[in-house]
Amino acid sequence: MLRSEYHRDLRSLEDDLLALGSMVEKAIAKSLDALKNRDMALAEQVIEEDDVIDEKRFSLEEQCIDLIATQQPLASDLRTLITVLHVSVELERMGDYAEGIAKISVAMGDEPPLKPLIDIPRMADRCMDMLRRSLDAFVNRDTAEAYQICDDDDEVDALYDQVYRELLVYMMTDPSAIRRATYLLWVAHDIERIADRATNIAERVVFLVTGRLTDTRASTY
Amino acid sequence: MNDDAPIFEVSSLSLYYDDFRALKDIDMEIRRYAITALIGPSGCGKSTLLRCFNRMNDLIPTARIEGRILFEGSDLYHPDVDATEIRSRIGMVFQRPNPFPKSIYDNVAFGLKINGYRGDIDEAIERSLRQAALWDEVKDRLKDSALELSGGQQQRLCIARALAVEPEVILMDEPASALDPIATLAIEELVRELSESYTIVIVTHNMQQAARVSHETAFLMAGEDRSGYLVEHGATSQIFTTPKSERTEAYITGRFS
Repeated sequence: MLRSEYHRDLRSLEDDLLALGSMVEKAIAKSLDALKNRDMALAEQVIEEDDVIDEKRFSLEEQCIDLIATQQPLASDLRTLITVLHVSVELERMGDYAEGIAKISVAMGDEPPLKPLIDIPRMADRCMDMLRRSLDAFVNRDTAEAYQICDDDDEVDALYDQVYRELLVYMMTDPSAIRRATYLLWVAHDIERIADRATNIAERVVFLVTGRLTDTRASTY
Repeated sequence: MNDDAPIFEVSSLSLYYDDFRALKDIDMEIRRYAITALIGPSGCGKSTLLRCFNRMNDLIPTARIEGRILFEGSDLYHPDVDATEIRSRIGMVFQRPNPFPKSIYDNVAFGLKINGYRGDIDEAIERSLRQAALWDEVKDRLKDSALELSGGQQQRLCIARALAVEPEVILMDEPASALDPIATLAIEELVRELSESYTIVIVTHNMQQAARVSHETAFLMAGEDRSGYLVEHGATSQIFTTPKSERTEAYITGRFS
């Protein structure tokens, strides 16, 4: 085959992107576990490990730049590189939200939680599912799945709405709960943003397959 | 031999044709088992520099050099050095495929015979043709004339001919410029494979080819006095993403007159 090394580099770039995706997914799961179990050590770990995610993203970006500069990628190869560049940024940002949730855990310290966490873990499960599926759609070049992920964002938005209203009620009835309620609102907001970024990845899959730049998202937020 | 030691060390190299100084004060090292591309505008001296590496310029009566090239740590231009022997250790492939008007077999056997090769010639020919990624296409027609091959096949035959005498270095002077795009990519793929066992220095007019194929890139320019000099030499990815010299930047981005 012609240009076998270049095609090998492109494949390994995709593998590296998936490795980054898996690191980010773990960071999100850990940040939620730390929050639920009031596990400070785990929260600190998420904060620390975000540096590794950042480095991985830069290394992906450097690989893309080198391939663009030296290999004149065209057609689907060019779209793949542009997609990897965008998706790696989305993933890195998701990692930052996980770090943000971990930082909230640390800020909350030993304070008892305001209420049992039910809807927030549910939101997190939905958004991690969206993240996993968006990367599967990338691997399989599956636009139908990509559009489905964009639709599924409504569910996360609805849950966020619900959490928001509920926390608002807590704050109105007991002003001393405002601080703790705000922490949880931030967490919910971070999760909602993660889901939005999963839809961004899905939109990139549509670009990868069709070359069309679309904004399918009709997020409420 | 230490693989990290450069295979060539060029210091203060100038080359003159009579009074005209074609190369001026070149200092550079060539990395072993790597592909080094020499790029630059026409008349910058890149082919002249390439020909210094196996003393091809000796064949031009008016040419003389100043400075020094060490090959494997020894002075390449020392009076005791046999230039013909050097050319069997440092092979060359030219711009236009130049097979002899003989059979495919005889083309590859030629270098072996003049070098008094004592091994199994058939075996050496098969090895060279395989290394040049040509064996499968010609194994049933080794006695056919080399001139019946396509341009790309002829160039791979010339590479096989250079490989037959088991050189350490292969110099390539625009080896794909006379070929169509697909044959060009086949040569590039071959060059990448060969760099695992050989040191390759390649001159190319095609900047994209230098970017695709090489590990290191050296950029040369001609000064006001028309002497070629080395502007910048570094890892290919660095030269094509963040060149240090503004002149390199101007050349590779096409902002160059």
